[in-house]
Amino acid sequence: MPERFVTRGFVGRRESAGAQANRIPPGQHLVKDFPVLSAGPTPRTDLAKWTFRIEGLVKEPVSWGWNEFQKLPAQDFVKDISCVTKWTKLDTRWRGVSVDILLEQVELDRRAAFVTAFSDGGYTTNIPLPELVNGQAFVAYGYDGRPLAPEHGGPARLVVPHLYFWKSAKWVRGLRVMEKDVSGFWESLGYNNHGDPWKEERYTGD
Amino acid sequence: MKRTLEWQIAVVTAIKPETAEVKTLTLALPNWTPHRPGQHYDVRLTADDGYAAQRSYSIASEPERTGEIDVTVERIADGEVSPFLLDTVVVGDRFEVRGPIGGYFVWDESVGGPLLLVAGGSGVVPLMAMLRHRAAAHVSAPARLLYSARTYEQIIYGPELDMLASQDGFKVSYTLTRQQPPGWKGYARRIDDAMLAEVRKPLGLEVVAYVCGPTALVEVAADGLERIGLSADRIRTERFGPSGT
Amino acid sequence: MSELMDELVLDGNAAAGALAEIYGDDMTTVLAECASCGQVDPIGGLVAFVHAPGIVLRCTACATVVIRIVQTPKRTLVDVQGKRIPAPPTTT
Repeated sequence: MPERFVTRGFVGRRESAGAQANRIPPGQHLVKDFPVLSAGPTPRTDLAKWTFRIEGLVKEPVSWGWNEFQKLPAQDFVKDISCVTKWTKLDTRWRGVSVDILLEQVELDRRAAFVTAFSDGGYTTNIPLPELVNGQAFVAYGYDGRPLAPEHGGPARLVVPHLYFWKSAKWVRGLRVMEKDVSGFWESLGYNNHGDPWKEERYTGD
Repeated sequence: MKRTLEWQIAVVTAIKPETAEVKTLTLALPNWTPHRPGQHYDVRLTADDGYAAQRSYSIASEPERTGEIDVTVERIADGEVSPFLLDTVVVGDRFEVRGPIGGYFVWDESVGGPLLLVAGGSGVVPLMAMLRHRAAAHVSAPARLLYSARTYEQIIYGPELDMLASQDGFKVSYTLTRQQPPGWKGYARRIDDAMLAEVRKPLGLEVVAYVCGPTALVEVAADGLERIGLSADRIRTERFGPSGT
Repeated sequence: MSELMDELVLDGNAAAGALAEIYGDDMTTVLAECASCGQVDPIGGLVAFVHAPGIVLRCTACATVVIRIVQTPKRTLVDVQGKRIPAPPTTT
């Protein structure tokens, strides 16, 4: 990388992490607001038509409507999140359904190894199945005590807090279980297939 | 125009307040090349730890002014780059720029006229480059500007626009959407089809139109211009909004 | 179109710098045809989403992806899905 010309007095709009520095992954900075990032138009999904589906390598695909999904056992989650565009937000408060609960409703094929999350608007992201289970991921429909806002992925968003936040697909509509890994929207154009913030797995080859 | 777009280090040689939240920075460029009015420069700011932020700014000046450009910067609430450019930068400071960029939203003498310009807020900046070029190059094509601002105090380049309008072939119409001074004779509502038709009328239907402003204004004005009879291929738009990395 | 009237939405002009870096020339006046609905727009007039890990340019009529750009510290990647657009020079 060529030497960058440093601009006198420029620090950027970054919070000092202070005592929480040990919670900020390398190369990240702390933010207090919640930046909105989007690769496409914000869908306005009619909840009467909304479904969440698990398909692919399962014995019987399963699909929940909005009201059915609300009846699944929900939990509160408090998580730190890190976006590959270098911001980290601490103690974000979510409400939603653990992926463990969702997967209890299907019988997984023994070849099942990878998952593609798919969303309204065509966005996809890929995650190894073992990284979605044992409390590591949830489908959120509440944020900070309110329904999850459309610009943050509402009505429902996959949240995988231990990976960079592009893996936490906004407007998620289902999980496709597969034997082989298939690169998602950003993973197919230079972004790391795995995306662990603590290992700074930002780009392909990192 | 085959050439690599290289970053160069601009030097701030003048800072002029335009309104309470808008300033114009004059940048001297070691590798200045003539631009087409409507083009922009990318600005890149880098902190000492390597953290960088990049934004695009339209060129406000005319290409007849060589060796330097003006960029006009409006404060974005909670922004990262505009507060730095407005509050921290002083004459003599240096930062990286590359440009000129963009060949779609451009107008110069070769495009001709009549020229119909529609601006919302700081969307007037690239249109000002067109008007300054029109005056400097003595382009005879008639031009009109419809400029929407919230208040009189938020009009950018007001005195210069009024001076240009005292010359042949150019008129400016303002609409103040939030608050009007006592005795205001201009428009006092959001841009609509009737307003566009009135401003367009003296120019005929064979105009070239440029619309620049916030997305909502651009959509309304561009759709409105089609409804009052302009063909879509004569309307060019540029949306202004929070941009960058 | 109303869903595209997001305040975060810009137009293809916002990607002019990144595209000029890739192609070595201005691309904003080049016509792009949507591979999904056939709408033809100059690249500068496409709908641009710049607040993301990369830049996504979409069709003005149906919002299908036309061009994606990712800039990493080492290289710039481009994925052209629309028709009529010249293939990008090989980037490494």
